[in-house]
Amino acid sequence: MSVAAVTVENVVKRYGGVTAVDGVSLTIAEGEVFALLGPNGAGKTSLVEILEGHRRRDGGNVRVLGFDPASGGRTMRERIGIVLQEGGLEGELTVVETVRYHASLFPRPKDVDDVIRVVGLEEKRRSQVRLLSGGQRRRLELALGVVGDPDLIFLDEPTTGFDPSARRQAWDLVRALRGFGKTIVLTTHYMDEAQALADRIAVIARGRIVAEGTPATLGDRHLRGARVRFRPPEGTSLDGLPAPFVPSGSGWVEGETKAPTETLHAVTAWALARGIELDGLTVMPPSLEDVYLDLTRT
Amino acid sequence: MTRPSLLRLFLVQFGAEQRLFWRSPIAAFFSVIFPLLMLLTFAALFGNDRITPLGVTASQFYAPALAVYGAVSTVYWNLSMSLVTSRELGVLKRIRGTPMPPWLMLGGRLTSSAWVALLAVILMVTIGVLGYGVALYPRTLAAAFVTFLVGVSCFAALGCLIAALSPNANATPPMAAATLVPLAFISEVFIPPSASSASWLTTVADFFPLKHFARAFSGAFNPTLHGSGFAWSDAGATYAILPHLAVMAVWGIAGGVLAVRLFRWEPRPEKVR
Repeated sequence: MSVAAVTVENVVKRYGGVTAVDGVSLTIAEGEVFALLGPNGAGKTSLVEILEGHRRRDGGNVRVLGFDPASGGRTMRERIGIVLQEGGLEGELTVVETVRYHASLFPRPKDVDDVIRVVGLEEKRRSQVRLLSGGQRRRLELALGVVGDPDLIFLDEPTTGFDPSARRQAWDLVRALRGFGKTIVLTTHYMDEAQALADRIAVIARGRIVAEGTPATLGDRHLRGARVRFRPPEGTSLDGLPAPFVPSGSGWVEGETKAPTETLHAVTAWALARGIELDGLTVMPPSLEDVYLDLTRT
Repeated sequence: MTRPSLLRLFLVQFGAEQRLFWRSPIAAFFSVIFPLLMLLTFAALFGNDRITPLGVTASQFYAPALAVYGAVSTVYWNLSMSLVTSRELGVLKRIRGTPMPPWLMLGGRLTSSAWVALLAVILMVTIGVLGYGVALYPRTLAAAFVTFLVGVSCFAALGCLIAALSPNANATPPMAAATLVPLAFISEVFIPPSASSASWLTTVADFFPLKHFARAFSGAFNPTLHGSGFAWSDAGATYAILPHLAVMAVWGIAGGVLAVRLFRWEPRPEKVR
């Protein structure tokens, strides 16, 4: 069991009459990639901004690298890196000036040129930020988040608005960061992103943690059955069809099973005995998406 | 591991601000070039006759008055504009998430702005001296410099207040202009004092700080006044800056306190996300 980088106990955040974060508790271990997954408006940005020290909580306890973020000040900020959801860049500074500015604020920064190379902005080193594309800006922001060599990095929706290839590149960067043993807290509303990057995922909806686990076990996914579905020819009587199959509309028949081999054997035997072909016969493991949609349903 | 000193952080911020300022031509134009163009225009309009009731040449009046205008444009108008733009872009929020202490970031910005204001004043006075025969009086230079420091601090605080009150970047220039330009017409900046001014205008102008900045600074260039300037009473044509500094100090402190209370680091009010 490693040390906790972040502990959150019963945190509450209200805006006027709206409770955005409603009694959240969680622990994030050192060196872990932790994803806070939830739909827009679920409260994930509010929660992360409390951890970053940008917002004050209305209740509960928080420790980030041993500091209370509400009062951690400069000492805490020397050990965290924040990649914000949007911008915050001066358009008239060049890439290298921007990275150098951030590097000079930290006690033991990484080499500025190395960082620029790692995020793939070498060619844009002397370009003013206003001339960069959206993806290049995002990469610059990642560079600013890591140049101080922080122990803990916050990534708020790091790939929102990216095209698929830029997303893959950003994922590779996150994996590279993780290779340095950094603790990473990322928020996302993409399930595949959480699945691809995170060691552990907490699903947040309506300000509460509704599930927590590894990508494999989240929402007891490993305990759920596989889904088998097919479409028999029109007018086929379903008499004698083995359990657990039931019609699911538009001519489809579906069933969930924990013994897909046996179930599949039974259903194909049933079809062969009647001399019919099963259109669109498929066996699907429960997807994280199903789990997520179930968990966050309002 | 050695943590960068506060002086180093200050210099980093100051350096970044200087780069940004000189790379945005419009800000540099309004701080430095625009007041000079006005000097050229006024000098051409009025020639270099003595103007009553001051008894000095037009340039002797306008060079210091427009130097004040340039300084105020820089620390009131440009500073508020740049603060709001940075806030809207999320720059303030980003920096607040770094080890840069927020007060030091603001300090670096204010100092950078004050430095530009100083350059604008020096340039204006130099061109006045070299091109228009403006006379300098060594006995008053210290008072002029102290006036500059107090005036610039006062208007920088008010600039921060405008930034705090401004809802967005589009609203900032009209807010700054609407408060500054009309005052400049009645505060002995664009128009020399005259005996025929309506008394209520004088009362209004006396209330606000701009006229006090202009009077205290221009006095240093007025050959009909006596003394070093560090006096409370202007009786007997004495050059007296202290009453003017007191008014600016009150405005500056009040504006600064309000600005600190109302200042926002992020574009919109907090909302649920």
